[in-house]
Amino acid sequence: MTTASPVAPATATIHRWTPVSRTASGALAALLLALAIAPFVFTPEVTAKLTTLFVLVVIAAMWNALAGYAGLVSVGQQGFIGLGAYGVFLLVDRGVSPFVAVVLAALLAGAVAVPTSLLAFRLTGGQFAIGMWAIAEFFRLVVVNTPSLGGGSGRSLTDLSATDPAVRQAQVYWLALALMSVLLLAVFVLLRSRLGASLEAIRDDPVGAASVGVRVTSAKRLVFVLAAVGCAAAGGLTLANTLRVQPDSIFGVHWSAYMIFMVVIGGLGTFEGPIIGAIVFFLVQDWFGDSGGSWYLIGLGALAIGMTLWMPHGLWGTVARRRDLELLPVGYRVKTPAA
Amino acid sequence: MNWINAIVQGVMLGGLYALFACGLSLMFGVMRTVNLSHGDLAVLGAFLVATLAATVGISPFFAVLLVLPVMGLVGVALQRGLLSKALRTGEMSSMLATFGLAIVLQNVLLEIFSADSRSLDVGSLSTSGLQLGSSVSVPYLGVLTVVVALALLGGLQLLLARTGIGRAIRATAADADTAELVGIDSRRVYAWAAAIAVATAGLAGAFFAMRSSFSPSMGPTQLLFAFEVVVIGGLGSLWGTLAGGMVLGVAQTVGAQVDPRFSIVAGHAVFLAVLAFRPQGLFGMRRSRA
Repeated sequence: MTTASPVAPATATIHRWTPVSRTASGALAALLLALAIAPFVFTPEVTAKLTTLFVLVVIAAMWNALAGYAGLVSVGQQGFIGLGAYGVFLLVDRGVSPFVAVVLAALLAGAVAVPTSLLAFRLTGGQFAIGMWAIAEFFRLVVVNTPSLGGGSGRSLTDLSATDPAVRQAQVYWLALALMSVLLLAVFVLLRSRLGASLEAIRDDPVGAASVGVRVTSAKRLVFVLAAVGCAAAGGLTLANTLRVQPDSIFGVHWSAYMIFMVVIGGLGTFEGPIIGAIVFFLVQDWFGDSGGSWYLIGLGALAIGMTLWMPHGLWGTVARRRDLELLPVGYRVKTPAA
Repeated sequence: MNWINAIVQGVMLGGLYALFACGLSLMFGVMRTVNLSHGDLAVLGAFLVATLAATVGISPFFAVLLVLPVMGLVGVALQRGLLSKALRTGEMSSMLATFGLAIVLQNVLLEIFSADSRSLDVGSLSTSGLQLGSSVSVPYLGVLTVVVALALLGGLQLLLARTGIGRAIRATAADADTAELVGIDSRRVYAWAAAIAVATAGLAGAFFAMRSSFSPSMGPTQLLFAFEVVVIGGLGSLWGTLAGGMVLGVAQTVGAQVDPRFSIVAGHAVFLAVLAFRPQGLFGMRRSRA
């Protein structure tokens, strides 16, 4: 990717930024800053909804980093979402303040991801996908069988219900905004680094990547741990936002369905796609609400099939390919003077 | 004696799990893809059998015989309509597409049949068994399930080893492109493999329904168990699939004997242990398949 092809003129230069991507990245940074004042402008209901959106953006970006860049399709990331939420309980019981606990629990889940990867990486492709699901179920059953965590009926985060709802909602919102920004930045930096190119090589051909000196397993592990941290942060934020979790819902496989849906809609293997997918999904969910029930899920599943078969690059991927657009530059561009 | 009984029950349960796993293993072996809708297809089979038996008033076993060819056609449709296109873009697409199908199937069944659990009435067979001593009982339905699993795996083994289509399936599994070069129509082979895999999923679903109550939401769990069986037994070994089923079944029933809450956890723990210490599976060979 970095080397110019033999036919290109010797004067070809390699760029990463374009005027469009400079403007777009600046606009995104400004938008994130502007979002910080939302609690002063909007009602707590609106900020609660936006918090949900941030959670969706985080898990979509994490799933995309796994599947779209490291080639690791997982249907078990809900395991880490659940660990993130229940890790908060473990820490709060030891006197940690709930907001610090959300961050620490996410890091703890990242620590759990290291031994998990030792097991899960023995499987590849579809077997890895479903093996992760089995591991997520294992986590769920461990939680269900731990009485101090509330067992199968779930538990409430009582430490936060004491504070004024409006203040609490604003704090949760800021935490969600901060975590989303940090995690998106982490993915961006990771993909822009040398490792990003390695990861794409791994996704396209792991054996070929290894043969040119890419340390395949450690590169995959790094993304796996980052995705675990991100998903666990999303779980902790969900708990802080709703104040109650049940193992069957926080460890539910529907999270995987949501992640796949958002990434497939937005565009697998692009930085911008999952964010757009998350916004689309958020709007759809907001319109149909929970009233749609099973028809809503039937629609989501059918759309996921249709997109996979007929629009495999997703909404953003299709537009970006046609227009040669990249709002947040994670790749390289070769510019030849003749062109 | 309770422990012996737990093991006996586990072996019977293992027969059922082997039935679930055999189609998943076949499809993975031939198409190199994990069909994430396998469990929900099994549930579809269970509902078809139950509906047919109830509306026409025939024995569930006769209904199974009628439903199997239908499930085979469902398999061909799955291959032609979805997998053949998805496989061309890579393994990831077929996983995403079958995951989408799993969600669609589960929720369509939920809309049609509601979330209530129901059971498939097989008369006295569901309760009667051979009493051995005071605490060990061998249920006839369990024995029948194990016998059917043995017959199915034996039949598949014969089909793959002795028949023309079996040879074509093995050749395509080993190297689809090279098989094409010597005149094997991989489309036809894939359609056959999908038909067999989905029909066996339906068979497994029907036996599950005879054994215990079932509902539209049980598909994912059955997919997980089937997958664990395949990993425990080792890929590419049909007898490994049977043994894997038994190991998972015994792990669950013995776990339940320790404490009813440990049943499923014990199964997952055995799966993780196999992954850690013997990733090729108990009976797996490194690079060949039955």
